[in-house]
Amino acid sequence: MTAPDEAVTAPNAAVTAPDESEQAVSTTQPATGRPTDRTTDRTTDRPAGESLLQVRGLQKHFALRQGIVFQRRIGAVRAVDGIDFSVGPGESLGLVGESGCGKSTTGRLITRLLEPTGGSVVFDGEDITHRPPARMREARRNLQMIFQDPYSSLNPRHTVGTIIETPMRLNGINPPQGHRKRVQELLETVGLSPEHYNRYPDEFSGGQRQRIGIARALALRPKLIVADEPVSALDVSIQAQVVNLLQDLQREFGIAFVFIAHDLAVVRHFSERVAVMYLGKIVEIAGRESLYTRPRHPYTHALLSAVPEADPDATERRERIRLAGDVPSPIDPPSGCRFRTRCWKAKDRCATEEPPLARVAGSPAGHLTACHFPEEPTVAARGEDIVLDPALG
Amino acid sequence: MSVQTPPHPAGLAPAPAPFLDVRDLRVHFPTEDGLVRSVDGVSFTLEKGRTLGIVGESGSGKSVTSLALLGLHKGTRAQVSGEIRLEGRDLVALPEAEMRALRGRTVSMIFQDPLSALHPFFTVGSQIAEAYRVHHKVSKKEARDRAVEMLKRVGIPQPERRAGDYPHQFSGGMRQRAMIAMSLVCDPALLIADEPTTALDVTVQAQILDLIGDLQEEFGSAVVIITHDLGVVSDVADDILVMYGGRRIEYGSTRDVLKNPQHPYTWGLLRSMPHLTGDVGERLDPIPGSPPSLIHLPGGCAFHPRCAYKGWVPDGRCTRERPELRLLSGSARHLAACHLTDEAKQEIRGGTGPDDHAATARTAR
Repeated sequence: MTAPDEAVTAPNAAVTAPDESEQAVSTTQPATGRPTDRTTDRTTDRPAGESLLQVRGLQKHFALRQGIVFQRRIGAVRAVDGIDFSVGPGESLGLVGESGCGKSTTGRLITRLLEPTGGSVVFDGEDITHRPPARMREARRNLQMIFQDPYSSLNPRHTVGTIIETPMRLNGINPPQGHRKRVQELLETVGLSPEHYNRYPDEFSGGQRQRIGIARALALRPKLIVADEPVSALDVSIQAQVVNLLQDLQREFGIAFVFIAHDLAVVRHFSERVAVMYLGKIVEIAGRESLYTRPRHPYTHALLSAVPEADPDATERRERIRLAGDVPSPIDPPSGCRFRTRCWKAKDRCATEEPPLARVAGSPAGHLTACHFPEEPTVAARGEDIVLDPALG
Repeated sequence: MSVQTPPHPAGLAPAPAPFLDVRDLRVHFPTEDGLVRSVDGVSFTLEKGRTLGIVGESGSGKSVTSLALLGLHKGTRAQVSGEIRLEGRDLVALPEAEMRALRGRTVSMIFQDPLSALHPFFTVGSQIAEAYRVHHKVSKKEARDRAVEMLKRVGIPQPERRAGDYPHQFSGGMRQRAMIAMSLVCDPALLIADEPTTALDVTVQAQILDLIGDLQEEFGSAVVIITHDLGVVSDVADDILVMYGGRRIEYGSTRDVLKNPQHPYTWGLLRSMPHLTGDVGERLDPIPGSPPSLIHLPGGCAFHPRCAYKGWVPDGRCTRERPELRLLSGSARHLAACHLTDEAKQEIRGGTGPDDHAATARTAR
């Protein structure tokens, strides 16, 4: 990476990029929670301090309609169904879950590519939940997005220069050194060459295209970038290059990230805090250390046990949890706890009463779990295999 | 033409012929831009009841290899040479009509994307039944019963009812199960799974991998699983073949390749992967550059432009001379194609135990 000049310094002077030592400290959560569970403490996912992004009760229901002329509403896909979280300046929050859990919809609601059905999104002190599109441009200056597919997210008829320049022109930003120079600086920042300015996207490989998308997101020096599966379309060896690049940018410019991915290992590497989503709800949110070593929600536990590791010893040691079936339909989610239909611990109470997302006994502060019967706060003592799949004897 | 590389890692087995014996397989595609050497001299063996994992990035030739095993390059412009001996019979030389009789019955395939591999117009049950009726003289009723039985076997709830459903009525994981049911309906002796779980979520992926393993145990099939995910092969494979630029660069048992990798590319793949445990403060260690073009493959070792260790080999041999697969000293069947001497590899690893591939990262820089 090239050293950025003044034009590319942190967008917010108050925000200092966390250096590596700080980062390491911030992820180590105290192992023991405070003995008294005060209400204030029980439901906040982040320790005190100002938030850059506040999401409260966010909902998105896609209406299902029937009929051609007189369309009747016959139901709704409850893609995101009341989620709360916050992201601090310069912080990276990971959003993980299986397909259909609402993680991508959440990303699009935050950037207001979709209109929320309910709840609120407060970004940088301003409520942008229902801000009209014309006025969103202002907020998008600080709120950018990186998309999953490096092929469809770049206009094939525009040169790389035009693609990266456009956000600046739209926002009336005229860098002192001129657009062209600035774009070339950005290209260098993301590890491409300034000579690529006049090339077209089809001349680049997937990894390089993703870098162009990143340069475009950086062009306005945003405070927050929503990255929706930024590396899942890339080859393993290229994936690591892009993850490292994003990490450098986060640390150097103090950019906060909402990092959406289905790959738990990538998220662990990139995000200090991680939220696990299931059927439109956050079922668990915690600092990465706490979440990956002491998952309390059975779903988180099952997810972690399902990730194959490239280590034959780990494969032998690992406890297997094999859930039955797939994620149920978000049109008609199960009552009470949404995970109960695939959960091996489900009892009657789970069907009638929805568990709140709160700190459960034995979890450190900031580790919230939505479960009536949370797992033991340790993975050291692994239990027996849990196999619910009828086909697996 | 290159020197013949040893066809099987054992190197000691002229004894009983292996169940599947691929020798010096080449698949070349003539294009306007030049000859694309997708697969260029690949050899491996596989016994019944065993699983081989073929690993590589996009463009490494792994999928083209799998299509060759099924004889799906016949009648296309592809130039296939070499031998694919299945129970002694050479599939490369086999006429299409005879190949068709084998396909689906003796050799079967699970594709990556079940939505495009299943016909949207026919019910899942009828498609599975058809696959059975092509190879067995049975009534429609019997074939349908067999289809329902297979759906039940792969864990589809209410199989009688679901057999009448169309593919779009199935979820992703169920479609993949239906594909598996279809590929296993004739009890194939060789099952090829091309990225069978790439499109699936992790919990479903784990189900499917377990299912393939269970069914393999039950039917005693040989399985070739093609994937880019080293985690998946670690889970299911007995042997691993690592491909790069259409060629083999490392081949050995799963434990050998993952715990004691011998090729800088394999080191790179393992180091660039993020893990669920261990230190997160450490940066990922990517392989620089990107995979090579198969038309203009770099001379010498195809990996040399991305290799951090070519300086360890004297006289720039890596850029001039293609390394042959060599047996690792002290190992019966662990092959790697690299000019680095064992001593140099030891030194690169900083004298740490052979099990510690992570240590190589630090000492190399």
